[in-house]
Amino acid sequence: MTASFAIIAALTLASAVAAMSLRNLVHCVLMLMVTFAGLAVLYLQLGAQFVGFAQILIYIGAVAILIVFAILLTRGSEPPRQSIFSATWVVGVGIAVTVFGLLSAMILSSRAVTREMRPLPEATVRQIGEQLMNKYVLPLEVIGLLLTAALIGAVIIAMHEKEGK
Amino acid sequence: MVGTLDQIFVTLKHWLVDFVPGQYQSVFSALLSVAAIVLTFATLFALTTLLERKGLGRIQNRYGPNRVGPYGLLQPIADGLKALTKEDVIPHTADKVVHFIAPLVLVVPVFLALAVVPVGRNMTALDMDAGVLFFFAAGAATELSVFMAGWSSRNKYSLLGAMRAIAQMISYEVPLILSAVTVIMAAGSLSAVKIVEAQAGYCGIVPRWYVLTPWGLAGFLLFMVAATAESNRSPFDLPESESELVAGYYTEYSGFKFALFFLGEYLGLFAVSGLGITLFLGGWHAPLAALGWVPSWFWFFTKLLALIAVFIWVRGTLPRLRMDQLMGLAWKFMVPMALVNIIVAGLWRFMSAGLARWAICFGLVAAAYWLLGRSLAGGKQLAKRVYRYAD
Amino acid sequence: MTPLALYLLFSALLFSIGLAGALARRNAIIVLIGIELMLNAANLNFIAFWRYGPNPQALTGVMFVIFSIGVAAAEAAVGLALIISIYRHYRTTNLDQMDSMKG
Repeated sequence: MTASFAIIAALTLASAVAAMSLRNLVHCVLMLMVTFAGLAVLYLQLGAQFVGFAQILIYIGAVAILIVFAILLTRGSEPPRQSIFSATWVVGVGIAVTVFGLLSAMILSSRAVTREMRPLPEATVRQIGEQLMNKYVLPLEVIGLLLTAALIGAVIIAMHEKEGK
Repeated sequence: MVGTLDQIFVTLKHWLVDFVPGQYQSVFSALLSVAAIVLTFATLFALTTLLERKGLGRIQNRYGPNRVGPYGLLQPIADGLKALTKEDVIPHTADKVVHFIAPLVLVVPVFLALAVVPVGRNMTALDMDAGVLFFFAAGAATELSVFMAGWSSRNKYSLLGAMRAIAQMISYEVPLILSAVTVIMAAGSLSAVKIVEAQAGYCGIVPRWYVLTPWGLAGFLLFMVAATAESNRSPFDLPESESELVAGYYTEYSGFKFALFFLGEYLGLFAVSGLGITLFLGGWHAPLAALGWVPSWFWFFTKLLALIAVFIWVRGTLPRLRMDQLMGLAWKFMVPMALVNIIVAGLWRFMSAGLARWAICFGLVAAAYWLLGRSLAGGKQLAKRVYRYAD
Repeated sequence: MTPLALYLLFSALLFSIGLAGALARRNAIIVLIGIELMLNAANLNFIAFWRYGPNPQALTGVMFVIFSIGVAAAEAAVGLALIISIYRHYRTTNLDQMDSMKG
């Protein structure tokens, strides 16, 4: 456990907890952006440079801003009058704790995590490009179609309906 | 002799690093790079504020500031002193933490983005494999600070300015990145240093910069227009329009925080101009083979000052665009133009050198420009200009 | 504990935090934020296994995460469009009040 991993992991977890529990929705989104940034730093520590920068560009630069726009368009920036937790929040938190317990028991008792240390692998952009063009060309085309469909679908769903419909 | 002048900053840095014991050398070297970047670009910022005010003044047929020091050269110092000593007024209902952090969130990613720009031969602070992607990621983080500033002020005008600014910035990020993609395709690498190296050499007397190809010229123009919009500069400065929204998203900022926003905006301009120079104008290469003895960093800063002069010129000349005109330009003209540009760049790469390649590529780019321009104008014609003079 | 175990535990914890938020909050947008956190935790899992697992030259983990980020962005866009559209009808984003299809 290196000091840098400990600090970044603590920061990310703290901001994730804050993102889920703050009253003000815009504060929640800002804490979510800190979580994304912490995760990007972890990706960089693990040696996945391209993925780390793509995480910052896409998640912080686009997805979080999209959430901010949605909050502002649905009047979420006003402080809520009722409690922020739903009526069955105890059950929800209980389920989450159970899931974490199961996952950590599985991780700690597994043989897969006791492998020996490996040197840092290389994931240059050229290698990623070659893989995308050779082995993963079908998923690449499909994700292009998916993003186009999502773009058109989101615009149509959120468009103002015409009068008289 | 010329080699030493070219590498003078690199040898200076190595000499300084040798003073420190072995284990701290990498940290000290990084600190020196950071100090160099901060000092250079902060000085350039001070110079640019003065150049802008004098340049705009001359365009508008008046002197710029000329009281403080000879020809107004000490004006930035006076501005800095004013910003430092002004009272810091925060609205009572403002969100204090977010309000405080917003200027920092603007300035820090911009300095990070400046670190990947190759300023001279062997003079890049961060030579990364995915340097251009890192630059765009840091640029995406600056939009966050715009929103934080506008929302935390609890001011309707600030929020409106912030929403307009974010919509504008995310719309113009698409043509910015797409026009950079053509260069990345041609150079075959995302590393800024390798892109500059790919533009070395001269064919005859003309350098091999990407701006001197049809797709490169179109890409450069698209990149510059998108960069103007990304930095919220005129003619795209509706979010901070001084005649409409007071000061847009930084209405409620005074004193040093306002100066930090100003600094962040101008540094963003330098960063994106630096990237434009790296991608299209050959980085630190000289324009003629005979001038190769001039240091590389001199060429970089000359090109940077030339681009800044063009930005100031455009600001003083063109009127502001309306929000719907702005968004229409981005989505209906620049994105299709950038996509056509990518196709043309691919064609250029695979055709053999010669007149046919030039004719076809230039023809495609010009045809796309004309067709898209016609469709954007929507069939409206400019009326003949009529002058009426007072008697 | 090996670094791989640490990363997996961290991502399991992040996943549970996202799950708790998605199940316990009233606002539809916070539920979507929780879902994004869960997707990010899974991405971190992939990268950790790519780094510490056998055969990192195949770049499987990195490729999967690239596609996962793309799909997550598309899903966030459509989900938020749905929430905005629902807000126009119900005038609220409170999930407890959207029970017209219940029972």
